[in-house]
Amino acid sequence: MRYESLLDALGGTPLVGLPRLSPSPDVRLWAKLEDRNPTGSVKDRAAAYMVASAEKDGLLYPGATILEPTSGNTGISLALVARLRGYKLICVMPENTSAERRTLLEAYGASIVSSPAAGGSNEAVRVAQGLAAEHPDWVMLYQYGNEANARAHYETTGPELLADLPEITHFVAGLGTSGTLMGTGRFLRERVPGVQIVAAEPRYGELVYGLRNLSEGFVPELYDESVLTSRFSVASADALRRTRELLSVEGLFAGISSGCVLHAALGLATKAQAAGERADIALLIADAGWKYLSTGAYGGTLAEAEARLEGQLWA
Amino acid sequence: MAIEVRIPTILRTYTGGQKLIEGSGSTLDELIADLDGRYGGLRERLVDDAGLRRFINVYLNDEDVRFIGGLSAAVSDGDTVTVLPAVAGGAR
Repeated sequence: MRYESLLDALGGTPLVGLPRLSPSPDVRLWAKLEDRNPTGSVKDRAAAYMVASAEKDGLLYPGATILEPTSGNTGISLALVARLRGYKLICVMPENTSAERRTLLEAYGASIVSSPAAGGSNEAVRVAQGLAAEHPDWVMLYQYGNEANARAHYETTGPELLADLPEITHFVAGLGTSGTLMGTGRFLRERVPGVQIVAAEPRYGELVYGLRNLSEGFVPELYDESVLTSRFSVASADALRRTRELLSVEGLFAGISSGCVLHAALGLATKAQAAGERADIALLIADAGWKYLSTGAYGGTLAEAEARLEGQLWA
Repeated sequence: MAIEVRIPTILRTYTGGQKLIEGSGSTLDELIADLDGRYGGLRERLVDDAGLRRFINVYLNDEDVRFIGGLSAAVSDGDTVTVLPAVAGGAR
């Protein structure tokens, strides 16, 4: 297939069956391979839409500086767009994110401001908001509250899924900014009666949840509970085990958040199978495993991998 | 058997530092009331007039209770309830 430029190759990702992990011919799992995007993650969709939207609104002009709290994929996606369109990029990321992401961001020409590991992305958001207040000329796209993030999925991911899998019964994706679930979820709900929209949320080690007051918690502005039908918390051990199953059973080398999503999807599949119901469950593979090799997730025993992952942001 | 409840670091001042506590009840509301009897003040940190506090997430066997009845969600012996503060998550 031919495209005018790398950014034009965005989206249109394959949906592949997972026959070996599916419980029966009536209860099937399908994986949407978002690692097949220009920088290798689903975030390319949100980045392209958020930048286009800011350009349209006159917020971004040549030479402008984009500031974003991101622990990885969104930053890498923005770094590509910024490089090609002539913007500077500053990413605020927790210091406990993987080395690959930092190296890649710097290679694209982005600057990195580190935020404390304790508190995870909450803390990165806070640091970025402080910087934005000090530098009013910097443009914070703010993926957690930018409607263009969800709209990217309403206009692209959702229609792609429905075209490839008109019989879809469930859509499962990771919950972060909630953009993927909100956009795809709204689109599917409008067109597929009874479709279930299911969030899989990583459950980290205690360090990540921090010690701050509970009134300072964080819920993304994009998050609308009414779009979801259920939401599952997946422990690191389960996410790791499923990530390895994707690789060993189906040959799919995915990032750890995809193991988290698979764990929730298999729970739904088991439930449908037990109830004797047909199910076509689409799950979103947000990225491949390359950026997580240094976390030790793919080598040694599961217990060793889990211990190495403690305190890291793996999704 | 009882219902096992996992308490986040921030709330362990109410449980004498314990990470795992046990309680009983037939709904989440009853369970929290039972716990509050022994760990006074805990309920107030989890629940306000509108229900579960905005920045508190409670999971019953890993499923968010907001989608299965909230405080009215049915619980039974052998279940695991996990309480977590809402965070922005990881790699966004």
